Parts: sequence; structure tokens; C-alpha cells
Amino acid sequence: MRFVFKTSYNQDIQLFKHEGYWWSYGILFVVVATAPLYLGDFEIAELSQAMSFAVAGLGLMLLVGFTGQVSLGHAAFFGIGAYAQAWLLSVLPISFLVAMPIAAAMTGIIGLLLAIPLLRMTGIYLAIGTLALSIVLEQILKNWKSVTGGFDGKAVEPASIMGYQFNPDSWDFYYVSLAILILVLVICANLLRSPTGRAMVAVRDSEISARSMGVNVARTRITAFAISTAITGLGGALFAHKLQYLAPDGFNLIISITFLLMIVVGGLGSLQGAVLGALVVTLIPQAITVAKDYLPDAIAHQPGLEPGIFGLILVVFILYEPLGIYGRWRKLKLFFDIFPIYRKATFKRQKVFLKTERMR
Amino acid sequence: MTAILSADSLTIRFGGLAAVDKVSFEVQEREVYTIVGPNGAGKTTILNMISRINHPSEGRICFLGNDITEMPAYRIAGIGIARTFQNIELFEHASVLHNLLVGRHCKSRTNVLQELAFLPSVRKAEMVHREKIEEVMDFLDLQPYRDQYIANLPYGVRKIVELGRALCTEPKLLLLDEPASGLNVEETENVAFWIDDIKNDLGITILMVEHDMSLVSEVSDRVLAMNDGKMIAEGTSAEVQSDPEVLRAYLGA
Repeated sequence: MRFVFKTSYNQDIQLFKHEGYWWSYGILFVVVATAPLYLGDFEIAELSQAMSFAVAGLGLMLLVGFTGQVSLGHAAFFGIGAYAQAWLLSVLPISFLVAMPIAAAMTGIIGLLLAIPLLRMTGIYLAIGTLALSIVLEQILKNWKSVTGGFDGKAVEPASIMGYQFNPDSWDFYYVSLAILILVLVICANLLRSPTGRAMVAVRDSEISARSMGVNVARTRITAFAISTAITGLGGALFAHKLQYLAPDGFNLIISITFLLMIVVGGLGSLQGAVLGALVVTLIPQAITVAKDYLPDAIAHQPGLEPGIFGLILVVFILYEPLGIYGRWRKLKLFFDIFPIYRKATFKRQKVFLKTERMR
Repeated sequence: MTAILSADSLTIRFGGLAAVDKVSFEVQEREVYTIVGPNGAGKTTILNMISRINHPSEGRICFLGNDITEMPAYRIAGIGIARTFQNIELFEHASVLHNLLVGRHCKSRTNVLQELAFLPSVRKAEMVHREKIEEVMDFLDLQPYRDQYIANLPYGVRKIVELGRALCTEPKLLLLDEPASGLNVEETENVAFWIDDIKNDLGITILMVEHDMSLVSEVSDRVLAMNDGKMIAEGTSAEVQSDPEVLRAYLGA
């Protein structure tokens, strides 16, 4: 059992609440930072890809997990970020590290403009609206040939700093991805510990009381959408360097659903969940490839095996662990933290008996 | 004594039904003004109109001399009107501390870009918020529940947390929608003490909707009785309770 004595307000504001966090995240950092020493090139390349997905997932997590607005169109913003990065590098003589924030900002501004009409809708209607966005963007990518290259695709200038060229499948690009992922994690954590982040959570849990507490609900939702799309765009820009060659069908609806799967499996409402989810989503296709060798031909060569398994995993998680992998980890941790007095009901979803609709 | 809030022939129609019909009243500074009445009398609707969740069809609402009838709902907390809800509208998946911090939202002046970088100015503002919250927690004895999630708390404590969240906005006028509903006798007595303290120690005016007549007569300075959207009596608690119209409304005699 652990007791944390609080002696200053700063303690609640700190990113790491007590020294235990320094140890656990410190060890995690060492493990991740030294990964190129004990992992092969293939694994390192896969991990870099997982990191760009994790960045995109963090963007979506802010929107879905913390603001409670569902988006089925985040692949569109992932795509906008990727194409913006490729386009910027092809027209301006700037470093890829400078282009990335610009690409993210461009995605954010497009997201902001789209949010103003889109966020007049909520719930399932918002999901359908963003779904349409995903489909429309694919057509734009295919037909706006002067910028996107159309069906021929668009080559991405290799990432380089002062003549040093990064190899997207090797350890050097892995560190670039890692640095960006950590930066985005810190930015998201900062947002969540300040008034705007709290307003987002308030909007998610009870719009009506958020409004009476002085939260401008419409503005908070639009801000959340803009920040979310900007971060997803940054993930896209990173992914563009990983891919090296962009094609319009790389940013379709399936990717949008993969993002959603990622944050649900990882754990809605936690930043760590987005990262865990990205790892899972990257590992599953590999696992399926391995498993195929052991499966009978009739199943192994079935078309749509991968999306099918993704769907199955999503259903299983929603049914049996709605809090995702990170939720399971938190339960485990709480069990040891308060060792003899853990009660199952702590995380139980409660039925609300006293609730009326008359305020809506 | 000056009027902090005045409602002038307030009317709201839902379809053809006048849920509140030409209700006028004034709440004086530092008093506890209670609205009573049978179910469906339009009491909560009046609170909703003052907190701008429902828009009146006719009439005006003035707060400290300013017309607030057209003000957007999210600005109400900033000008000094806080409220609680009949059915508790807390943020379930957040801690007590976090809920109270949301109550401080109307006082925050930092912008998103500063917050993304968590500049020292943001940290400083956070400290100030927390200091104020600690005062409210001490005032309402919420310290034992500080870091607990709302979903884990019993009903009675949640009611107090909601009261605390409203106090964190540093209001001049507090709207309480049935503060004692669902509470046992002992908890209701505590609520009565707190209402007295809020009025006398913090100097906050209270406009309350309540059914529990023992609580009403204990704390209210003036009482307004309503039935079917209309005002039927106004006066001290004893006067209202012996008013023949009120008796008819409650007992149907």
C-alpha cells in the first residue's frame, strides 16, 4: 500500500505525481531509447511506424476520449498532414523539422474550418458527418493532380538535416519519431492539466453543468477538434517520411476505423491508451502473417481476414474491457496500491437511476 | 437592502402550455429566498431561465441592475450566478478536486497556446485556483474525498460536492435546486447549517427551490409559493404555509 503525502499544490500539478512515476517511466524510457541495440532493423522500422500512428491516435484520443466527440474521419486529417508535408517540402527549401509544425498547423486550420459546421451535430450524426469527410478527401486526393499527384501518388523528399539523410527504416528515424511522440505526449498532458483540458472533460461528462460553470461548450468542442486534427496531421507528416511515397488509397476509411480501434483497445480517456493501442494495431498484422502459416488454406487465404480480426478484437474489447488495455493496467496497479482493500465495484459502470431528460 | 435579482412578469411557454406564467419577484441581497410548490409548478424552470438554459417567452431578468435576459448561458457563471442541479450533474469520471477545478473555469484567463506549453503564468494561475478550492473544501468538510472519483462517492457527498463546485465560482447569487432531495434527516440538517453559513459567513444570496418544508422554514427569509406556473403567495415561511391558496394547491381542498 502506498501513501502519498501532499505538501504543496505543485504536487497535484506535476506531470509525475510521485517518485514512483519517475522510476517506472524512467525505466520505460531507457528500454525504448536503447531498443535499436537489441532489436533488428525490421522491428525498429515497425516501431517507428507505430509511433507515427500513436501521434495520430493521441490527436483522436483528445477528441473521442476526452471531449466525447466521435470522429470517423481522422484518416482524412492524417492524409492532409502527410500530403501537406510532401507538398511543403516540394515547393519550399526548408528542413523537414520546420515543415512538420507547418503541416500540423495547416491541418489544424482546415480542421477548425470544418469543425464550425460539423460540430453543430453530435453523437451518431457527427460520426456520419466525419465519415463523409473521409470519403470526400479520398476523392480530392485522387483528383487534385497539381498538388497530390493524383493516382500516380506523390514522392516525399527524404528527411534530412544539414546534409545528413535519415533512413526511414533505420534507428536514426526511430529517434526522430520517438522525440516527436514524447513532445506530443507532453503537449497533450499539459493541455489536460489546464483549464481548456478540464473544460473538454466537463463537456464530455455533462454539457449542461459545463455550461453553467462558465464553459463555452461550442467553442470548447471546436478548439478540441482543431487541436485534435493538428496533432493527427503531425502524425501524418511523420508517417509521410516513413512511407516515402504517398498514394490516395493510403488514407481511406479503413485507416479511420483503425485509429478508432486503436484508442478503444488502448483505453479511452488515457494518453497512455493511444500509445498502447498503436502498438497493438501495428503488431496484429504481423501476428496474422505468422498465424497464416499454421491455419488451413481455406481460412488463411480468405479475403478480408485482417479487417475481420480487427473488428472481432474491437467487439471483444467493448464487451469485456471497455476501459481498454490501459484500464486493465490501472486496475492492476490500484489493486497493489491499496492492497488489502481493493473492491471490484470501483471501476464498475454504474446505472444512473436519478436522471431526467428535461434539462436538454 | 437592495434587490440583487429581479424577475419581471417572467413567462415561458412550451408549445401551448405556460409552464411559468407572469411571475415577478425580487431577491434582496443576503437573504434566502425559497420557491415552493407542487410538482410541475414551474420552480426549476424559473432557475433554468435565470441560468439561461431556457429562454423566457416574455419578461425580463435583471441581475445587479443589468438585464441578463439575452446573455449566453456560459457567461452567467462569470457575472456571479452559480447553481446546483436537482439530479446532480457532476463530472462522474473525474475526482472531486477536478470537479471543483471546473468550477473555477469562469475565473481562468489563460489561453490555449499558453496552456499547451504550460507556461509559468499558467502554473501560477493553477496555484491560485487550488488555493481557493482548498478553502471551499475546508468550508464544506470535503477533504476526506479530495482525490476520490465521483462514481465512488455516496449520494449525499455528491450533493455537497456539487454545492462546493458552485461555491468555487465565487458567486454573488447561488441557485440551489432541491438541495435536500434524496438526503436523510441528518444530512438535511447539515445542509441547513451550510446554507446559514453561506449566507452569513460568505455573504452569498441564495435562491432555492425545495420541497422539504422543515428545511424551508428553518432557513428561508422569504418564500414564494407557486402552482401551475402562477404565483399564489409570497411572504415569510409561516405566512405562506397558512395561506388558504397554498393549502388548496397542496391538499386540493
